[in-house]
Amino acid sequence: MEAITTNGITLRRTVAAAQGEDALRAMGERIAGALGPAVTDWSIAYGELTLIVQGSDIVYALTYLRDDPACAFRCFIDICGADYPQRARRFDVVYHLLSLRHNMRVRVKVQTDAATPVPSAIPVFPAANWFERETYDLYGILFSGHPDLRRLLTDYGFEGHPLRKDFPLTGFVEVRYDQDEARVVYEPVKLTQEFRNFDFLSPWEGTDYVLPGDEKKSS
Amino acid sequence: MSEHNIRNFSINFGPQHPAAHGVLRLVLELDGEVVERVDPHIGLLHRGTEKLIEHKTYLQATPYFDRLDYVSPMNQEHAFCLAIERLAGIEVPRRAQLIRTLFCEIGRLLSHLLNVTTQAMDVGALTPPLWGFEEREKLMIFYERASGARLHANYFRPGGVHQDLPPALIDDIEAFCDPFLQVVDDLDNLVMANRIFKQRNVDIGIVSVDEAMAWGFSGVMVRGSGIPWDLRKSQPYEAYEEMEFDIPVGKNGDTYDRQVIRMEEMRESVKIMRQCCAKLREPAGQGPIASIDGKFAPPPRREMKRSMEALIHHFKLYTEGFHVPEGEVYAAVEAPKGEFGVYLVSDGTNKPYRCKIRAPGFAHLQAMDWMCRGHLLADVSCVLGTLDIVFGEVDR
Repeated sequence: MEAITTNGITLRRTVAAAQGEDALRAMGERIAGALGPAVTDWSIAYGELTLIVQGSDIVYALTYLRDDPACAFRCFIDICGADYPQRARRFDVVYHLLSLRHNMRVRVKVQTDAATPVPSAIPVFPAANWFERETYDLYGILFSGHPDLRRLLTDYGFEGHPLRKDFPLTGFVEVRYDQDEARVVYEPVKLTQEFRNFDFLSPWEGTDYVLPGDEKKSS
Repeated sequence: MSEHNIRNFSINFGPQHPAAHGVLRLVLELDGEVVERVDPHIGLLHRGTEKLIEHKTYLQATPYFDRLDYVSPMNQEHAFCLAIERLAGIEVPRRAQLIRTLFCEIGRLLSHLLNVTTQAMDVGALTPPLWGFEEREKLMIFYERASGARLHANYFRPGGVHQDLPPALIDDIEAFCDPFLQVVDDLDNLVMANRIFKQRNVDIGIVSVDEAMAWGFSGVMVRGSGIPWDLRKSQPYEAYEEMEFDIPVGKNGDTYDRQVIRMEEMRESVKIMRQCCAKLREPAGQGPIASIDGKFAPPPRREMKRSMEALIHHFKLYTEGFHVPEGEVYAAVEAPKGEFGVYLVSDGTNKPYRCKIRAPGFAHLQAMDWMCRGHLLADVSCVLGTLDIVFGEVDR
């Protein structure tokens, strides 16, 4: 860790890449030890620390990460969702935190499904409010204890959760201004050309699609 | 009217209001002229960028980043390129790093010029934006000469930049620096020293250190509160490590401090631009402007005429695109408005599996409610201006 002075104020500088796996590993072990069974897994990849936390313990984990002086991840960065439809618990809620004191980032992940709510992080970080609303809007992930879980980014009266993998890119409704009714009307999407999605996976590397005739092989 | 019939007055601010900086609808609850509650309704500019990116190859996805914060387009492309480069392990040549640094700082000037001068307009002055936009015009011509586009540049590419800078452009950027500092001084005299500007901005929208961190603030919004934090210094990327510049920090955390910081940052940016220009001319600053790995960066045009391999690389890159190894990464840059981050999940194919865009304006805008409470109605546009909101990135 190298200290540099600018304007008479000392900035602690650590090069994120050169900070090294050691500091991250020490931090990961420390957090996993302190939180016990709340942390189901942790890993370091691409110079970043990722913790997998039980959904029910997320508020406890975030509070620890914020308040423990050895962690001091006091800076809230981001909450977002991610969809993995092939998993049993298909959604990830991903929290990003930053520690100014240690110049370190941490990523906390919680797995959930469309029915199981995740406790809201608002008591720990008030900024979580809009980020959770956005995650709910785009993925339909529920947050328990959220005071105002309304849609945020999509249209008033929008149906569906657009960032889910099973939501088509073209959506379901389109809008236009209707001259006769003198208002904007909603209609089902009409595509003049079918939406094309090309498969670029090489047939020699790890594809698992069924080629015509393959079904006869087993019978 | 008896006592119990009195209720607060609700008004709609926007979505079409010149001080709303785009399409923001604020539902304001007023007690007389004092703001009791603010409920921002956003999403009127939501274009589904993240969904679209999941259906495009990595190269096709970069132009979407220009359309986020359209005031400083290249800074956002930069975050996406950094994320891809970290996942794929691509080395960026030194000349490309210098060019990127140079254009990131031009983007910072573009953004700060707009914000400082429109803030003056929000509190009643018309001249500053005219002065500022004259300089922005010159900077956008630099954009055009480098990339061919004034606004939506698509200039930073994974592995480097799209094209080399003509030597005359480097000279012109350097020649721009000195007269620009004069303009900054003029703006300082015109705006910062102005009595009305001070009356409208000093002690408005005060943010404490704890609030700034808990509410996910970044960039000027934390530096205004006195936290010396800048990703260019604390987690340096590209060529920032070798640049000499200072980080201005505020004392009071009010709107006025933040505007002063933006003015100072412009001077610091000019310092960095000068150093970049000098380094670009040195022998060490010559060389390729994009990764020489043909699997990630397209070959030069002239090589395609002679080399079959280059032709194949070109064809593959612009149809299938490159495949990025499986993994997830969060890359952040110090954009003019704060920490702009990209959380990129790759499943090993040629398209991003998930690309979350962490826009600084999004975190800042949700603070409108508590920052405006107790302020007067006229201060709402002032607080909105100091948050430096651009709806391209808030709504995505």
